[in-house]
Amino acid sequence: MGVMDPSLAPPIPPGADQDVILRAVSDEITNRGFVIAKADKLFNWARSGSLWPMTFGLACCAVEMMHSAASRYDMDRYGMLFRPSPRQSDVMIVAGTLTNKMAPALRRVYDQMPEPRWVLSMGSCANGGGYYHYSYAVVRGCDRIVPVDVYVPGCPPTAEALIYGLLQLQKKIRRTSTIARS
Amino acid sequence: MNDNDLIDNVGNISESPLQLMADHLGDIGQGLSLSSKVVHGEIELQVNAADVAQVLMLLRDDRQAAFTQLIDLTAVDYPERKYRFDVVYQMLSMENNMRLRVVAAVAEGQTLPSVTGVFMSANWAEREVWDMFGIFFAGHPDLRRLLTDYGFEGHPLRKDFPLTGHVEVRYDDAQRRVINEPVHLVQEFRDFDFLSPWEGMHSELGGKPSASDPDKTAK
Repeated sequence: MGVMDPSLAPPIPPGADQDVILRAVSDEITNRGFVIAKADKLFNWARSGSLWPMTFGLACCAVEMMHSAASRYDMDRYGMLFRPSPRQSDVMIVAGTLTNKMAPALRRVYDQMPEPRWVLSMGSCANGGGYYHYSYAVVRGCDRIVPVDVYVPGCPPTAEALIYGLLQLQKKIRRTSTIARS
Repeated sequence: MNDNDLIDNVGNISESPLQLMADHLGDIGQGLSLSSKVVHGEIELQVNAADVAQVLMLLRDDRQAAFTQLIDLTAVDYPERKYRFDVVYQMLSMENNMRLRVVAAVAEGQTLPSVTGVFMSANWAEREVWDMFGIFFAGHPDLRRLLTDYGFEGHPLRKDFPLTGHVEVRYDDAQRRVINEPVHLVQEFRDFDFLSPWEGMHSELGGKPSASDPDKTAK
C-alpha cells in the first residue's frame, strides 16, 4: 500500500519516489521533535484505547463475558481488562438479569465509577427484562437504573457480539467531542 | 426383618423394602397420628402440622429408619382447600438408600413448629418458605425473608399473588436513589392459547380437533 498524495489520484507505489516523500515527512517530525494532533482526538484515542470494564456479571451472560476476555477472543488486544473495582474502571458491562434487590447495588457501583464512564447493557434481560419481563422481581431493563450507551442483543449474546458491542462503544467515544467550544 | 427378607421380596410390591419401611414407620409413629403409605413408588407420610418436629426427630433417631438427612423443605399452595398449604419435607436415608417425603397440611395463618432444632439445614429452607408462601415457623432463630427485595410485600408463590407483583423499581434523579413505584406495564402479559386453532397450533401439542380444522373433520 502506498502513501496517498491528495493532488495525484493514484497512490504512489513503494519505491524511490515514495521514499522521498516519507523521508521528508519523518525529517519534518524529527527536526521539530513533536507531533501535532487535535487535543480531543488525543483524549478520545486514549479513552477508547484503554476501556477498563467493571466486572458486573449477574447471570449466564457473565459466562460469555468471560469468554470474550479469555484467550480465544482476548479483549486485552483492545486494551480492555476487567477491574474488580468501580473506582478503576471506565465502562460497566451489565451482564445478566438485574433484579429489584440488586438494582440499588448496581446504581451505587455506577455512582462510584469516575467520569467519564459508559455502560454497556448485555443480553435481553439487561436490555428490557427479557424472559423475566413480567416477573415481580426483575427490573424491566437496566436503563431504568443507569444510563446505557450500547445495547447488545442476544440471550445470551455470543462473545463475538459483546466484542462487537465494545467496538461500537469505542466508535461512539471516538466521535464525541470532549472539549466544549463557545 | 433382616436383609434376606428385603432381598427375597423385591419383586413383590406389597412386601417390597419400601412397603416394609412404610409399615415400620407406621408402627413407630402410632402415637403421632401419622399415615404412612407408598405412593407412586415413594414413601409418603401425612402428619399433623403440630407433630412435624417430633416426626422428623423420630425418623432421624430411629435406628432402622435412619433418615438422617433433610434434603429440602418446600410448600405447595392449593387455594381451594381449607388447609391451603402442604409443607413438604424431603428426607434421605443413606443407610437404607431410601427417600421419603413428609407432608403436613397447614391453613393460612397457622404456625408450624420449626425443625431447625432437628436439622440445621432447615434454617434457610424455612426462611424461603416464609418468604414465598407466608407460612410462619414457630421457634425459628432468624425468620427473615430470604430471596425477595428488602421491604417486599406479599408472598410470591401463593397462587393469588399477581405475576408482575405490585411494585417496580426505577432510579429517581431528583431523589438520587432507586425508588419503588406501582407497576406500569407498557404491554399486558401475553397469554398464548396453544389449544386454539387460531394461534396456528395443531394436534402435535394435544389440541382438540375443532370444526374449523378441515383435516380433523374429514376423518
